Amino acid sequence: MSVNATLERVGSWTLSRLEEAGAAARLLARVGRSLARLRWEARETVLQMSRAGADSVPIVLLTGLFSGMVLAYQTSSQLLRLGGEGFVGGLIAVSMAREAAPVFTAVTVAGRVGAGFAAELGTMVVTEQVDALTVMGVDPVEFLVVPRTLALVSMLPALVLLANAVGSVGGYAVSVLAGVPGTTYLQSVRQFLDLHDVLGGLVKAAAFGFLVALVACHKGLRASGGAAGVGRATTGAVVGAIAWVLAANYFLDVLLF
Amino acid sequence: MELEGRIEVDDLHARLGGREVLHGVSLRVEPGEALAILGPSGCGKTVFLKHVVGLLVPHRGEVRLDGVAVHRMDPATLRSVRSQMGVVFQGGALFDSLTVGENVAFPLRRHRRLAEERVQEIVAEMLNLVDMAGTQDLLPGELSGGMRKRVGIARALVLGPKVVLYDEPTAGLDPVTARAVDRLMAFLRERTRTTTVLVTHDLLTAFAVADRIAVMEAGRIVAAGSREEIRSSRHPLVRAFLESSAVSETQGGGRS
Repeated sequence: MSVNATLERVGSWTLSRLEEAGAAARLLARVGRSLARLRWEARETVLQMSRAGADSVPIVLLTGLFSGMVLAYQTSSQLLRLGGEGFVGGLIAVSMAREAAPVFTAVTVAGRVGAGFAAELGTMVVTEQVDALTVMGVDPVEFLVVPRTLALVSMLPALVLLANAVGSVGGYAVSVLAGVPGTTYLQSVRQFLDLHDVLGGLVKAAAFGFLVALVACHKGLRASGGAAGVGRATTGAVVGAIAWVLAANYFLDVLLF
Repeated sequence: MELEGRIEVDDLHARLGGREVLHGVSLRVEPGEALAILGPSGCGKTVFLKHVVGLLVPHRGEVRLDGVAVHRMDPATLRSVRSQMGVVFQGGALFDSLTVGENVAFPLRRHRRLAEERVQEIVAEMLNLVDMAGTQDLLPGELSGGMRKRVGIARALVLGPKVVLYDEPTAGLDPVTARAVDRLMAFLRERTRTTTVLVTHDLLTAFAVADRIAVMEAGRIVAAGSREEIRSSRHPLVRAFLESSAVSETQGGGRS
């Protein structure tokens, strides 16, 4: 390949990435403007809260339960050998509240809800439903994006609370089975877990909800090229949302804890 | 801004994905007139229509509605202008999550403050008008292609627009259903006398609905005139359209 052709490809790739970033920034600005003006669809928001929140409960319970159980299995066996059973409950509870519950729940929701948002909006784009909204004088951002963003920002913390609860129950059960006395486990939780850990996890969950919704809606609204394009948008939404969640997790940890 | 319905297109150039799709299209449509833009698939007809309603911004040139350039309208004016336009999309573009009744009521609920009983009355009238009475509770997924187009037409006309734009209204329909949709569009045009622009690759549709026909090829208008002028045109693309329509009529696909 000639130098010119290589430069052309690099330039074209850079331009398309910049264009993508610009479109995402414009969407972010429009969402911010709609939120500041209190302009969004209340009915659609409630519907999306139900879909994103209530419908995600079973999978979140499952991931939360097994996250707590795995954490307990690994920590109990190691700490019991070192005589550190007094740390097991606290370690599991703090890990769940700060990291495992927010991150695993956000990743699960990115796969379930984020993919759904991108596929639904992508289909609406390629079947001209978004154009139909626009020509009827309806702002697609106010009608489609803001309700989905509000739904995930409000529902993800609630789901994380649930994941925390079942994860703690699962962690307790596995730890006791592994030989940690139940009273020691609970005393350790009381000693090491404080409100800041739980609230910090919930703040992270709200931020992750915002990121997942924004990435998914952005990818969906930029879908083109029929069913294949919707498929690409959906894959891009899940991969992008998970990457953003993991990156944001580091910076939020530095800020919050 | 109260629309009269005059559409002026001057030297419209459009670029999509780095490719020039329209090469200096110029057209006039007077209030109450019906213009069909006839052309093969991929010649830029839909792109043209999207510029008229302000969904795309011209690369060069402009589209004016009653003398005002669409791409220079402020958001409030554009919203007001769009509420006086009805657009029938190629696949109907019905909202999948809403019923037929909710789809037709959607523009009414957004732009008119009406009691729910009145909304339901208007929806029933509009569905009756397009021969879809009693389908309010069906979902778009339960409708055939022709039914979706009819509901799309009812939704586009529910606010009593001054300008109606049809994007390939008979694409994907069997010939019998296509001719029924032609008759419906012609009937509605006679009844409402709105400015109508329809883009189609179906010569029979263009002849059934339009006063004037402009033929588009590769983003350029290559012939324009009344139905009679188009019939007598010597342009190769026009002749090809006329001959293929004659064939389809002799094969039983013509207007009934």
